[in-house]
Amino acid sequence: MPQSRTILIDPVTRIEGHSKITLHLDDRGQVEEARFHVTQFRGFEKLCEGRPFSEMPSLMARICGICPVSHLIASSKACDALLTVKIPPTAEKLRRIFGLAQVVQSHALSLFHLSSPDLALGMDADPAKSNLFGVLEKNPGLARDGIALRKFGQQIIERLGGKRIHPAWVVPGGVSDPLTQEDRDRILQTVPEALAIAQRSMEWMKSTIEGFRAEIAAFGNFPSLFLGIVKPDGGLTFYDGKLRIVDASGHVVANDLDPGRYFDYIGEKVEPWSYLKSAYYKPQGYPNGIYRVGPLARLNVADRCGTPLADQELAEFHELQRTAVLSSFHYHHARLVEILYCVERIGQLLNDPEILSTHVRAIARPNALEGVGAAEAPRGTLFHHYKIDEQGLVRWANLIIATGQNNLAMNRSVLQVAKHFVHGDRLTPGMLNRVEAVIRTYDPCLSCSTHALGQMPLRIQLFSPAGELLDELCRS
Amino acid sequence: MSRKRLATVWLDGCSGCHMSFLDMDERLIELAAKADLVYSPLVDAKIFPEGVDVTLVEGAVSSEEDLHKIRLVRERTTTLVSLGDCAVTANVPAMRNPFSTKAVYDRAYRENATLDAGTPDQVVPALLPYARPVHQFVKVDVYIPGCPPSADVIFYALSELLEGRQPEISTKTRFGA
Repeated sequence: MPQSRTILIDPVTRIEGHSKITLHLDDRGQVEEARFHVTQFRGFEKLCEGRPFSEMPSLMARICGICPVSHLIASSKACDALLTVKIPPTAEKLRRIFGLAQVVQSHALSLFHLSSPDLALGMDADPAKSNLFGVLEKNPGLARDGIALRKFGQQIIERLGGKRIHPAWVVPGGVSDPLTQEDRDRILQTVPEALAIAQRSMEWMKSTIEGFRAEIAAFGNFPSLFLGIVKPDGGLTFYDGKLRIVDASGHVVANDLDPGRYFDYIGEKVEPWSYLKSAYYKPQGYPNGIYRVGPLARLNVADRCGTPLADQELAEFHELQRTAVLSSFHYHHARLVEILYCVERIGQLLNDPEILSTHVRAIARPNALEGVGAAEAPRGTLFHHYKIDEQGLVRWANLIIATGQNNLAMNRSVLQVAKHFVHGDRLTPGMLNRVEAVIRTYDPCLSCSTHALGQMPLRIQLFSPAGELLDELCRS
Repeated sequence: MSRKRLATVWLDGCSGCHMSFLDMDERLIELAAKADLVYSPLVDAKIFPEGVDVTLVEGAVSSEEDLHKIRLVRERTTTLVSLGDCAVTANVPAMRNPFSTKAVYDRAYRENATLDAGTPDQVVPALLPYARPVHQFVKVDVYIPGCPPSADVIFYALSELLEGRQPEISTKTRFGA
């Protein structure tokens, strides 16, 4: 497998290796190509075949334990399309709260549990300390804030859905149970603290990124398209709307695209060296149609957040770069803007007089044999597409998951980091961690696609053009 | 008492059991006072170390890589715990078992591909013909069913195991819980 002129960044094949990176060198020993290999494949598009469509939300949620709610929502929306129903307004609002709560907990996981060691302890920190517990020692307030923010989201999910992970509450046609006044009030009581944490964390982020100029410049800092769902007024949304695509200068390339016709705009290329397909924007072809999704993309495509605190922060976020914000390092910052929006929006929705209505589910039999559901998952736009037979059994499914849509960008980012930080015939731990860290900025949902969690085990071997092992680095 | 060495690994699962582990919230800090998390997707250790007291395993054994991993983990672990329904029964991953691996690959990489259709076969580990529970390959000492087991159950089981006691699980969780 390691060819001459190849650096193999191998997730220790002995354990937890769900992805690998290879860097190809030219004759002068400079990096010329990079590949991010995803090594996990689970087969959900096939294993659902023959099952009743009504099982899909709960089954598809098992794709991912980090963002099960996104799969529940996208799957239920695809099922709503099969039923051809318009779900009750309160059901839609409850689903929105559910989804927003999940964005908070998932973003908190990414930023605090996984990436804060890089940011708070530094890219060159001792690997033995480079984890949440290390942050807890060095900056206990930050680590505790992260735990509390994740808990805020998880508790909302538990109150609404009955359990924190894999609740079955979102169903075709709406949700299974209405919100009680007691639960509404209890959730509302937790909103002010979550807002305070989000604002504190934002200040910490702004002061922290000053120390990462070199990383900002080289962590996936390149032109690409950005794709996300926006509301009819161009505002940020996680639940429903039309697709918008902007280019690197921030100009709208395509607008008002129907997510149900995703296959007209999104192609998926198979790479023989990865289980993760690479999505591209069809009109620009492969690989020119490279695009990014997720927090950075959503803030680049949306005209506004629509809540007061988040809109102030969005304005500041856009000052990071005059065009679209291009550096993937800023995914971290974008996550906090979104957390702020989600917490504010949860408060607004809970105060909606309609939210306690008990009319939360439309009942129907299937009225269409094909349905698409799309939503913004924490990591980006998510599509579920099902075909059923007359008995309501699933015959075919296609899923396009956020991480696949970032695949081309993650590959290009690894290349950029390697070109910038890997020189000559010597490898350093800091270089190793930066290669991991740029992947972490995308927060790839490795459960959805590979399911190692953020901190991938890596072994790096550096080969000369002749295939001779020059250097080897392994963190244990 | 010396500090215990704890590890977590995941094979073919959704990470939900690991998320339930994190749902211990502030109790994670309590746990960190009793044991070192010496290997886990959540920490930076890159190689599964020797002499681990307790390892929680999430997920079924589904690929050549999973199989290789679980054998190594077993060798280096005193008490191996099958955590969650996928480890205990193979659960959702086993839903692919009625289909051939070719049919499963073909759906994703031929039917649902627009460019360069074909099954990836470079660098990536091949699927085994069937996804199987952990105990079909190695000895398992403790079973904790649930999809996922709740944070309370995980905290209880770990507290008992770290004290050297056998947890009484049967009344606290169930399949699909």
